[in-house]
Amino acid sequence: MSPHPGAWWLWALCLAAVATRTTNPVLLAMVIAVAGYVAVSCREDAPWASAYGVFLKFALVVLAIRVVLHVLLGGVSGPTVLVTLPEIPLPEWARDIRLGGPVSAEGLAFALYQGLQLATLLCCVGAANALANAKRLLRSLPAALYEVSVAVVVALTVAPQLVASARSVRRARALRGDAVRGVKAVRVLMVPVLEDAFERSLVLAAAMDSRGYGRTAGLPKRTRVVTGGLVLGGLFGLCVGAYGLLGGSAPGVVGAPMLAVGSALAIAGLWTGSRRVRRSRYRPDRWGPRELLIIASGLVAALATFLAPAALGGAVLTPSTVPLVAPELPLLPAIGLLCAVAPVVVASRKNPSSTRKAT
Amino acid sequence: MIRFENVSVAYRDAAAPALAAVDLHVPEGELCLVVGRTGSGKSTLLRAVNGLVPHFTGGTLTGRVLVAGRDTRTHPPRELADVVGMVAQDPQAGFVTDSVEEELEYSMESLALPNPVMRKRVEETLDLLGLAELRHRPLATLSGGQQQRVAVGAALTAHPRVLVLDEPTSALDPGAAEDVLAALHRLVHDLGMTVLIAEHRLERVAQYADRVVWLPGGGLPPVAGDPGRVLADAPVAPPVVRLGQLAGWEPVPVSIRDARRLAGPLRDRLPSPPVSSSTRPAELLRATGLRVRYSTVDALRGVSLSVGAGERVAVMGRNGSGKSSLLWAVQGTGKRSGGEVAVDGVDPASLKPGPRRKAIGLVPQQPGDLLYLHTVGGECAQADRESGKPAGTCREFLDRLAPGIPDSQHPRDLSEGQRLALVLAVALTPSPRAVLLDEPTRGLDYPAKTRLAAALRDLADDGHAIVLATHDVEFVAEYASRVVVLAEGEVVADGPTAEVVTASPVFSPQVAKVLAPQPWLTVADVRAALAAR
Repeated sequence: MSPHPGAWWLWALCLAAVATRTTNPVLLAMVIAVAGYVAVSCREDAPWASAYGVFLKFALVVLAIRVVLHVLLGGVSGPTVLVTLPEIPLPEWARDIRLGGPVSAEGLAFALYQGLQLATLLCCVGAANALANAKRLLRSLPAALYEVSVAVVVALTVAPQLVASARSVRRARALRGDAVRGVKAVRVLMVPVLEDAFERSLVLAAAMDSRGYGRTAGLPKRTRVVTGGLVLGGLFGLCVGAYGLLGGSAPGVVGAPMLAVGSALAIAGLWTGSRRVRRSRYRPDRWGPRELLIIASGLVAALATFLAPAALGGAVLTPSTVPLVAPELPLLPAIGLLCAVAPVVVASRKNPSSTRKAT
Repeated sequence: MIRFENVSVAYRDAAAPALAAVDLHVPEGELCLVVGRTGSGKSTLLRAVNGLVPHFTGGTLTGRVLVAGRDTRTHPPRELADVVGMVAQDPQAGFVTDSVEEELEYSMESLALPNPVMRKRVEETLDLLGLAELRHRPLATLSGGQQQRVAVGAALTAHPRVLVLDEPTSALDPGAAEDVLAALHRLVHDLGMTVLIAEHRLERVAQYADRVVWLPGGGLPPVAGDPGRVLADAPVAPPVVRLGQLAGWEPVPVSIRDARRLAGPLRDRLPSPPVSSSTRPAELLRATGLRVRYSTVDALRGVSLSVGAGERVAVMGRNGSGKSSLLWAVQGTGKRSGGEVAVDGVDPASLKPGPRRKAIGLVPQQPGDLLYLHTVGGECAQADRESGKPAGTCREFLDRLAPGIPDSQHPRDLSEGQRLALVLAVALTPSPRAVLLDEPTRGLDYPAKTRLAAALRDLADDGHAIVLATHDVEFVAEYASRVVVLAEGEVVADGPTAEVVTASPVFSPQVAKVLAPQPWLTVADVRAALAAR
């Protein structure tokens, strides 16, 4: 049994939180390395296991775009001009925008740091995806959200089916010669594909109905309103709280207390909703010491970064680019990040069923 | 267990009611088979059992349906999930989850069964249906027969008292169909489950039925009773029943075993069958060393095939043995990793789609993929334009294949057989020399299949070469002059129909099984031989 998917997502969220708090390239590279190492050594042999690689490539593209945009459009400028691109004169009304012109080392470093921060966030999401199937995570949602989660899961399976059906229609279309082109070809392709998708969803809905989906899940209206209100209020609180905590510039009241109130409201809402739904779980994902250790290791990394005093690295979380100085290693956050590698020790390496299949 | 009391179902825009005056009682522990022409209301009857009709499909249901004492008017399908297990026609479209074990527990979770019960039932069901090896496999990677067994298993874990199956074997090869039917047979005999099946391929199912319900359609009430007696009167009947009627056996046999015990005198009376002339016609289509490889799977490993003008070739083999890949690779649109194809000396893959249609035509497995206009007339006119033929060419083919379809009808409203005829007419419009058909008999009833076989025979006599991939043993006996058997992407048998199909019990048609060792294939052949004496 692999660890609870929720534990992996919380762990990845903690790493992402570290990345939001720093632009220090040394620390960001460490986050990417930690996420990648854990993702590769703890992932199961499953179709989604290659997600980290996909997200890493995507992250590199984002980084490249950020730097190229900076070179073309400028922004932060400094005394160390590396190269001067020919500047394209723009009309009077666009004089605030500059195309081309001098490219400074300071500006380039600034763009690189920012791009790297975005790339790191993407890598954290990629690691979470590689470690825990999004579908399994949805299955562990509270019972009140059961119907929503099934709808999401079904939607997730529809996309690959649409691709398959489009491929077979296009192949069949070639049998009728190449008489249709352009706008008409879209219609010719879309009609059978959409018909197919529509028919499939009707069949699926009938199958789910026949198998008891939605049985006894009808909540009375009052409970539904109360549940909805609590959950929405809770989510609002969560968002504001998270913003206050991660943004770092908001007044203290908006941070942790708001987060706590939001969580309490959301949990209360889900609890009132779940009480009425009668469903059982086959092989529910359970929380155990292993899951706690995974989350704890992530929390240590996040707290080490958030609470680091200036002397122990808190001062170098955002290295200065004007004037350009070599980024230093923030000591305490780096040690915290190393703790986030701990899941490698506890998680089972490979799914036992996969080794059986291979023989 | 299931009781229909004067049930009629009508849809708003339909001319005739889908079901009329159904009075039916299926007692506990019976395997009941529902038969009828395409469109006679079989699916409607089945779906009325768990309340999908009318709760899900709309329409008006009069009378009442009682299942285990529950009235479907007051119980929607989800409230009947614990007494009726429903297995739809296409198992893959009905899967909610993506692995075998999750699919099996889905209904039990909805029924809120306690965890120990679920664990126990999953294990039981895995053993009962022989799925234990597959428990962790993703559903998409299973073969058709395995998927069908998972779908049956998913319905069974809720321990329903009634199991309803809509065409459970129509997409399966003969071997896989036997696996599924054996599992059902076990359920009825070991657990006393009540089973209701609708099926077109009666030669596979009729022998297991305790009772047959024939829906004549057109507002007439159904006829229920002893399988042999009901099937003898119905327009749809397996060849063994037709043979029994021809020979005057009483009671009319439904299984091969019963028929063979009565067949002695008939075998003595029959002359030895005529030996088909083995003159090789002029070669029209030649494929040499065809290979098709999809990432890690070899679909075809060096297949060679030569088809002459006027030949009717059937390609048979298990699900996934490479039949479709062969047809698409020969036609030139599909992937080809190696080998050569020549139709009249030209490789169709080297032609542009337009000229390619004139050389070789293909009717895909989902014929509907080819149609996109709103009327039959529009499709025909479009086909004429695409092939540069005078207006009315396509319509003429259509009238020959399936007369009497109005121009104004929407292609989606056609029956399976009519839609197939339309697509075949579209494919024939540019008058290609070679015609390929992928699994054309799915969803066709016996009269429609006989008509298709006759139409294909006419085409072959006009000098076309016809290659057809199918699982349908009885159709092959009726249509093919030559059979090619594929296994794992290789040709394992190639020869005249009578030789190949009688060599293996899996591919043997019923008449051949009954009259073995004499190699008779169809009832029509036997009738002709008896008349000639």
